[in-house]
Amino acid sequence: MENPLEQFAIHTLIPIHIGKYDVSFTNSSLFLTITFLLIVFLFFVGTSRKAVVPGRLQSSAELLYEFTANMVEDNAGHGSAKYVPFVMAIFLMVLFGNVLGLIPYGFTFTSHIIVTAAMALMIFVVVVLLSLKNHGIGFFKTFFPPGAPIFLAPLLIPIEVLSYVFRPISLSVRLFANMMAGHVMLKLFAGFTIALGLFGVLPLTFVVLLTGFEILVALLQAYVFALLTSIYLKDTLETH
Amino acid sequence: MDAASAKLIGAGLAVIGMGVVGIGLGLIFNAWLHALGRNPSAAPVLRQMGFLGFALTEALALFAFVLAILILLNVL
Repeated sequence: MENPLEQFAIHTLIPIHIGKYDVSFTNSSLFLTITFLLIVFLFFVGTSRKAVVPGRLQSSAELLYEFTANMVEDNAGHGSAKYVPFVMAIFLMVLFGNVLGLIPYGFTFTSHIIVTAAMALMIFVVVVLLSLKNHGIGFFKTFFPPGAPIFLAPLLIPIEVLSYVFRPISLSVRLFANMMAGHVMLKLFAGFTIALGLFGVLPLTFVVLLTGFEILVALLQAYVFALLTSIYLKDTLETH
Repeated sequence: MDAASAKLIGAGLAVIGMGVVGIGLGLIFNAWLHALGRNPSAAPVLRQMGFLGFALTEALALFAFVLAILILLNVL
């Protein structure tokens, strides 16, 4: 059986070297570009003719926008409307990346931890800097839950600091592991189908079901990524 | 015991966490169904929180899975 991790290999399509750095155009960059072009196409074409009764493209653009705006409003609270573009960019990138990866012969760039870790670290840095800017020294109150007895501080503060620092790690590993595990599982069952010959119908049925489940996971993980981003952004607006 | 078999045993031990996550997911859906049965009109709120809890818990199983894969592929 082939190595199920082979599907995540990065191939160079157009070799580019700047100095000693390898900045080649790879299949990962290709799918990032496709994602970008699809999103830009959807929103430019969708909003080019602003009809009162929206067409298909305009409806999907409006639906995506309203969904994100409601999510940010519900979870980041009052005054969070200025974060909608940021969260929406992240949401759409993860969503399109996840779903594009499910197309046969596609490449899931979200299944590489470098991509998700870069996004999660960017979110973390933005949240910390904005919190410091908005609350000043009061930002450090985040690490002590209100109403807790003061003598618990030596115990609580390290735990809270740890859980705060763990945020980008869990955010990035969640997305990357979900995508990787799903694709590895699909590949394994596809391998069983060939190995079992006639009885391969059984794992084949399972592959069909799993593909449906993977579509759910792809949508859900994009949603969770954006939802957690907006929950983290809530800290920049209010301390507790 | 040689290093290769110790590695296999370690990978097996690492995925025990997935079973525990199974219990956790069962608890989440148990509570979700109970809440839905008691108050069906709360479905939209419950759906959001339920999916969030599902994703957060499922991630822990995947951490265990990734750890096992890393052990098996000699990365760690």
